[in-house]
Amino acid sequence: MRHAIAVENLVKRYGEVQAVDGLSFQVERGTTCALLGGNGAGKTTTLAILLGVLLPTSGSVRVLDEDMARERYRALPRMNFTSPYVDLPKKLTVEENLVVFSHLYGLRQIRQRIAGLAEQFEFAPLLKRHYGTLSAGQRTRVSVAKALLNRPEVLLLDEPTASLDPDIADRIRTHLVEYQEQSGATLLLASHNMVEVERICHQVLMMKAGRIVDRGSPPELIARYGRSSMEEVFLDVARAAHRAAEVAADEVRR
Amino acid sequence: MTGSLQRIYGMVLRHVYLWRRSWVRVLETAYWPTMNMVLWGFIAKFFASNSSIVAQVPALLISGLLLWEVLFRGQLAFALAFLEELYSRNLGHLFVSPLRPSELIASMIAVSLLRTCVGVGAAAALAIVLYAASIFDLGLPLVAFFANLLVTGWAVGLMVSALVLRYGLAAENLAWGVIFVLAPISGIYYPISVLPGWLQRVSWCLPTSYVFEGMRGVLLDAAFRWDLFFGAVALNAVYVALGAGIFFAAFRGARQRGALLQMGE
Repeated sequence: MRHAIAVENLVKRYGEVQAVDGLSFQVERGTTCALLGGNGAGKTTTLAILLGVLLPTSGSVRVLDEDMARERYRALPRMNFTSPYVDLPKKLTVEENLVVFSHLYGLRQIRQRIAGLAEQFEFAPLLKRHYGTLSAGQRTRVSVAKALLNRPEVLLLDEPTASLDPDIADRIRTHLVEYQEQSGATLLLASHNMVEVERICHQVLMMKAGRIVDRGSPPELIARYGRSSMEEVFLDVARAAHRAAEVAADEVRR
Repeated sequence: MTGSLQRIYGMVLRHVYLWRRSWVRVLETAYWPTMNMVLWGFIAKFFASNSSIVAQVPALLISGLLLWEVLFRGQLAFALAFLEELYSRNLGHLFVSPLRPSELIASMIAVSLLRTCVGVGAAAALAIVLYAASIFDLGLPLVAFFANLLVTGWAVGLMVSALVLRYGLAAENLAWGVIFVLAPISGIYYPISVLPGWLQRVSWCLPTSYVFEGMRGVLLDAAFRWDLFFGAVALNAVYVALGAGIFFAAFRGARQRGALLQMGE
């Protein structure tokens, strides 16, 4: 199995709204891939379908060679997910939260695993604190640690460093890169953060209106668009439609 | 309109907007007064026409109340276990883990059992101290009543959780109040025969009616009615199957709408 994730002709419609429109892509094992696009591009929808919590209108999704529409419970113990938009119970302590999720993932030697992650992500002094009392940065570290509890072969991340200060964001990225390199896991992240994408991703899928409009490694994309950063590439792609409309309007005026 | 009045109007409007969008909130406004009036009306009617059982009144009322609490607390604890995940916006994490919906239900049943035993156990002990009325005087039949009422509570809890999955936290109040719709027609404090004929037919469709009639059989006639016991078991099987069906349908609907990652505060 070369591909950890394989998506074929994926479509998701909400009534008249086409959130994902015929998406096809594969993510090679042991690589980090980014879904890049503006708001409403379909990134989070794609992640939700990959996790099996959202049913597609049509198309197929396979993760670790399992069909996520029918056999997601065979893949889920080998996957994990984190998002700043999905919380952990605030009234439980950090440790209690991690113990609960360790049980959900069927871990053994739970205390050692939690202690190891707490040390790695520098939140050991917070273990007895209620999750709800943590700062955004502390919550993100705990949430990423939760996502690594089961040493996932596939890790899906929805804007993992959103709303973090540059220092904490950088540390989170470092941890993710280390984990990916040490474990050989496959990472797929939805992001708006071009620095993050340039730094940690091997492959980028540029999304717009539910479709992939371009793909390649960050250096390939930067070279293809004749730009100096992914941020400029992103703006080119995001504004392409506006530019096309302006050109058409100019032609009409002439 | 003066500034102050306008601000007040604005705040009233804020709630009217909510009511307009939520039939649950509108229903709740009229729900409690109606339920209390119906329940106590039938209680008064029963005692006014049965002066011969005055000596049994404390046992009837306290046993009825405690068994009712088994049903209410069982259902509430079940539904709250689910609501807790919504309050903490944790549903997304749970359903991307290997936890299956059936396992979540099993955990909610376990939590409900624990909380009901603790809650009702404390109240039952206090009833012995304060009123010298022990629900444990019911003997072994108490186990049958307790089990049947708990299962009914879980069936209702499943339906409430399904509605919360469908309508979000707007349906939260159902968890606290929906079970009371069963109170006047379950014969907690009076026999089903007190109800009007058409309501009696509705009442015999509920497992709770069989349990409370059974309780009165033990208290007034010292007889355990197996027919009532099996009636409750059979109806519970139907309601649990119905509740589970509705819950799984709502879960599938939530997966189609993408609600599992978004639901919460």
